[in-house]
Amino acid sequence: MTGDSYTWLYAVAPSGTDLAVLRGMSGVAGEHPRLITAADLAAVVGSVPSSDFDAPALHDHLQDPHWLEHAVRAHHQVIDALARGSRTLPLRFATLYRDDQRVSALLDEHHREFRTALDRVAGRTEWGVKAYLDSARLHDDNQGADGRDGTASTGRPGTAYLLRRRAARDRNAQALDDAVERARQVHHELTAVAEDSAEHPLQTPEATGIRDPMVLNGAYLVDHPRAEEFAQVVAGLQDAHRQVLRIELTGPWPPYSFVDLPLATGGK
Amino acid sequence: MSQPSAALQQRNVALVDLLDRVLAGGVVIAGEITLSIADVDLVRISLRALIASVRSVTPDPDRSLS
Repeated sequence: MTGDSYTWLYAVAPSGTDLAVLRGMSGVAGEHPRLITAADLAAVVGSVPSSDFDAPALHDHLQDPHWLEHAVRAHHQVIDALARGSRTLPLRFATLYRDDQRVSALLDEHHREFRTALDRVAGRTEWGVKAYLDSARLHDDNQGADGRDGTASTGRPGTAYLLRRRAARDRNAQALDDAVERARQVHHELTAVAEDSAEHPLQTPEATGIRDPMVLNGAYLVDHPRAEEFAQVVAGLQDAHRQVLRIELTGPWPPYSFVDLPLATGGK
Repeated sequence: MSQPSAALQQRNVALVDLLDRVLAGGVVIAGEITLSIADVDLVRISLRALIASVRSVTPDPDRSLS
């Protein structure tokens, strides 16, 4: 192996994996993804220029939002295409080795853990469900409430204004508590239809561009035959909570949220 | 692989959802080069810049309270 390229890892899959699904697709550096096979496993990798992907270069790139978006989407696109075809373990973004031999050694050394993890995701798909407090509805409700208990008791508009503001603030806090409680129920009901579930940190308004507070950012690993049922449960929950929550379904996702391997800490 | 409903598939996967998964999920192995915690923070800063730039060309959907 030469020193002018590194090996970027996209995914680990069974050795029979057909790369035909990746035809015409380019990876994070515009390269064509390829396979490294060892121990009945295949690592889907790409050769990327080391000058562009060593630690300092990568660090610089991460500060460039457009580079980042392109690379993250390219990484996902490769994994997503593979996962739609067969069992696939996605690798975390920016996992790089100096050469292919190191990747072969990784597969050899940890083939049992990879096998177990592949079996766990076989025939299953990840779905995402996010819920937000729907403050547009809340605002409508406040308008209604103001109409009822507004200024009747005082002739002073300043005091009435402050009272209204305080009442609105109390209702908002109460509404958020209610939304959080409902989000717990939603997560609970979805978990019952799923083989496994996980929760990502709630996305902030700065990250989403949506001012409504997020109250659930869940991921659910669902058996393929139950996918339709899962979608129906989501639809039912959307309906049941529509006065308070806005619930969004995303996916199908590769099983990013369900691939904890025991080698996470000890891998070399 | 069966797809339950074409309508459920999102063509344009939201970048924030993607980052939850590709940066915090996936198989974590000790690659010879991997992102540090500081790098992940950098990603968050970049992402905010990206969202702000997208938002500046589209009107703010938030309603005014007046």
